[in-house]
Amino acid sequence: MAVEVQTKPAPAPSREPIVNDFSITIATKNGSGSQTANATILRALFKMGIPVSGKNIFPSNIQGLPTWYTIRVSKDGFTARKDESEILIAMNKATVIDDVQKLKPGTMCIYSDGLGYTPQRDDVIFYKIPAAKMAAASGLEGKLRGYAENMAYVGVLAHLLGIEYVELESALNHQFKGKTKAVEPNTKTIKMAMEWAKVELTKADSYRVERMDKTTGMIMLDGNTASALGAVYGGVTFVAWYPITPATSVAEALGYYLKQLRTNPETKKPTYSVIQAEDELAALGMVVGAGWAGARAMTSTSGPGISLMAEFAGYAYFTEIPAVIVNVQRMGPSTGLPTRTSQGDILPCYFLGHGDSKHPCLLPGSIKEIFEFGWRALDLAERFQTPIFVLTDLDFGMNQWMSESFEYPDREIDRGKVLKAEDLERLKGNWGRYRDVDGDGIGWRTLPGTDHPLAAYFTRGTGHTDRATYSEKPEEWEGNLERLNRKFESARKEVPAPIEDRVTGAEIGIIGYGSTDPAIVEARTLLAKKGIKTSYMRVRALPLSESVGSFIRAHDRVYVVEMNTDAQMAQLVKLDTPELAARIFHLNKNDGLPLTARWISESLQKMEA
Amino acid sequence: MATPTTTQPRGSAKVNRLGLEKSIYKGLDSTLCNGCGHDSISARIIDACWELGIKAEYVAKFSGIGCSSKSPAYFLSRSHGFNSLHGRMPSVATGAMVANNTLTGIGVSGDGDTGSIGFGQFKHAVRRNVPMLYIIENNGVYGLTKGQFSATADVGQELKHAGLNELPPIDLCLEALVADCGFVARAFAGDPKQVTELLKAALSFKGTAVIDIISPCVTFNDKDDSTKSYSWGKTHNERIFDVTFVPSYEEITVDYDEGQAKEVELHDGSKIVLKKVDRSHDPTNRMAAITLMEQAKTNQLFVTGLIYINNDRPDLRDYEDLPETPLAHMPSSVTRPSKESLTKLMQGMM
Repeated sequence: MAVEVQTKPAPAPSREPIVNDFSITIATKNGSGSQTANATILRALFKMGIPVSGKNIFPSNIQGLPTWYTIRVSKDGFTARKDESEILIAMNKATVIDDVQKLKPGTMCIYSDGLGYTPQRDDVIFYKIPAAKMAAASGLEGKLRGYAENMAYVGVLAHLLGIEYVELESALNHQFKGKTKAVEPNTKTIKMAMEWAKVELTKADSYRVERMDKTTGMIMLDGNTASALGAVYGGVTFVAWYPITPATSVAEALGYYLKQLRTNPETKKPTYSVIQAEDELAALGMVVGAGWAGARAMTSTSGPGISLMAEFAGYAYFTEIPAVIVNVQRMGPSTGLPTRTSQGDILPCYFLGHGDSKHPCLLPGSIKEIFEFGWRALDLAERFQTPIFVLTDLDFGMNQWMSESFEYPDREIDRGKVLKAEDLERLKGNWGRYRDVDGDGIGWRTLPGTDHPLAAYFTRGTGHTDRATYSEKPEEWEGNLERLNRKFESARKEVPAPIEDRVTGAEIGIIGYGSTDPAIVEARTLLAKKGIKTSYMRVRALPLSESVGSFIRAHDRVYVVEMNTDAQMAQLVKLDTPELAARIFHLNKNDGLPLTARWISESLQKMEA
Repeated sequence: MATPTTTQPRGSAKVNRLGLEKSIYKGLDSTLCNGCGHDSISARIIDACWELGIKAEYVAKFSGIGCSSKSPAYFLSRSHGFNSLHGRMPSVATGAMVANNTLTGIGVSGDGDTGSIGFGQFKHAVRRNVPMLYIIENNGVYGLTKGQFSATADVGQELKHAGLNELPPIDLCLEALVADCGFVARAFAGDPKQVTELLKAALSFKGTAVIDIISPCVTFNDKDDSTKSYSWGKTHNERIFDVTFVPSYEEITVDYDEGQAKEVELHDGSKIVLKKVDRSHDPTNRMAAITLMEQAKTNQLFVTGLIYINNDRPDLRDYEDLPETPLAHMPSSVTRPSKESLTKLMQGMM
């Protein structure tokens, strides 16, 4: 094998090793099969006990457009995106010049000889690898040989950084579920590349990894799988959905895990139903129909799917039918950036539908919480007989995250207020579907098929009395809407409360939610290093808890951190606490990429100045 | 030949086989216009359910938006009703019928609801073979918004406010056939006997049973030259068959001559007896049914009866492999996997 090694001399600065604290960006073409290679590196590091996170910045395309996968290695356990990477693996001719340009002095780049690229910088350490030749030596043909090229960079990187081969092999076994035929060609290429690198490359960079014990007991998965598992353990019985990026894998994971965990072992029959609908209108229509008839029903969608679901969301709000809608947010408005993340659906989901409709929204801030809110959402939907939105985003949903292990639900499944035939007998049929007998605004419902002559009621999206009969009377209309507001207030107390970290003496408060949590957590440490004390409240649901007001009152300035253009949460906070509006500041950015700690910290400091 | 009769006494009977009077099957008073075809269809639904001895508590009524969609309030007051969104009845019914596979589903829609805004959902419900009776109360006009053409209006038709209709009509029976519907019928609201028999047959069918019932709008579309008017229906109604439905719990007591009638047995053992009138049509031949409907559409023929029947398609319950216990009533012990299963899953993700 012809050998070409980096020839540039290593730059002078310190040779102090940088251990377990850097980011790797792998630049490839979409559809080149690099996902397996990248996931192998990620998992191997994870199994070496080193905190890692992986983010795929990919195009809305099946094949050919550029993709960047970033792995952050952080001994301190930070999982947010960083603004730049120290290690570049350049496998895409179209982007290599730009990608190299972004590197800081002293960093490193591994690039494929197939790019025809000649390094133009002498402040970066380059390693050129004969990826195509290595892949050819794998014995694989056609498309698979292309995939093997990716394993070549895995092997070279492993050698340079000290990633343990045994963990790479076990990561591949994990991914291919132990299928030797799939694993072997990959391990063969990795081994070969590691051997090659050992002989041919002289390590000139400072980056390495070392085994730690910081991931013991942790799991690794994507947020959409967590959503699905939450629903499975929440006793979901009906799912209707329509394919849309980045929510598709929620339904796919549901299909996979429901089959595995919810097939009746005796009859071999499913205890659930999953239907791929003709569009999102029908998906939520089916969920509402199923919820009305007594199933634990949910759908998952994103962006344009939410717009289509508006009519049924409003209908279900007004007719009081349970439904769970998982919204894996992507960038809007309109088709927007289908493969980029955002938190732009806070206001649209909260108020989805015409007229005065509003919906509780759950805002999980970690993968573990996505699981927890997955089952809690089904309980809340049936308890409050209303649509419940669970808002995650593309960053959470489609990226691999390390997470604490999930905890089994700590309470029984809540099926809400349902009257059975014997209850109707006891009540002598004296009941009203929308009658507030308990003072919490929630009526009692009956399910179709209840064997009692007075069980039936007529569900309608038009004005109705508390016995569900048609009414256009102003006082009955108002009374119904007032009760719905009472119900909403009851929900305010039951949805997950914010989590606060109040720091004594802090004048500054930060309010955040969802996937920005890792960046906020890290930003606070950066700020603390500069002597800036901050308190932090992570909001976990809408309607907002009353404690949000007291948090704001306790601080002079409160920054609401979020990923949308219109500062949607900040607006809601002001709406709930208008008297405190002067203390509330917008700290929002919406460029499609997950927020970084540095951006938060620097932007906050600028605003403070 | 003698007309087949059943042991079920009709008309004079005070109670049905559940011991219930017909009044039990009634709904609220209609708020539709006097003489509306939809009200006579509601009355036929009441007849059919009462005569079959269907337990109303186990029926779920569905509708979309429009005059027709109001009517579920006017029959079977002991049944849960779901007056949904415009054109969205099919999806709602799909979810509900999967959630509880023991329910009998009766859907009432209109030509606007099904032929325009809900066209996609209609076709997909049929494609999935959602187990339900799907009635289209077809009057060729938007009534609640006062007289616009619907997609089933005839070419060249004129209406007072809407003017001239230049577009060809959508034939909903044809659309059902193309979507592989296993029970396709057309009827005239002014022909109560046939409507009742078809309703009874449809209620016993396994899968989506579509009945397109021409139901005149006395206020906006009842001119003599309209194919959706009473007078047109009365003069043009061409029954392909004399339809008689024989429930599974009854015997056919009289026989009929070979070649004069066709007997179709349904999954529950009930039978539809189709006695030829004058047109020769094989309702088990889908291509023949499509041809017949195309001819009817082109020549403005008002052929009524059972156009097509196919008992062999699996319905949505089969596709979904639904268990005996309705999903709605699955106990939590079944729907929440064990703690051990989660522990195992977590270990696999470590």
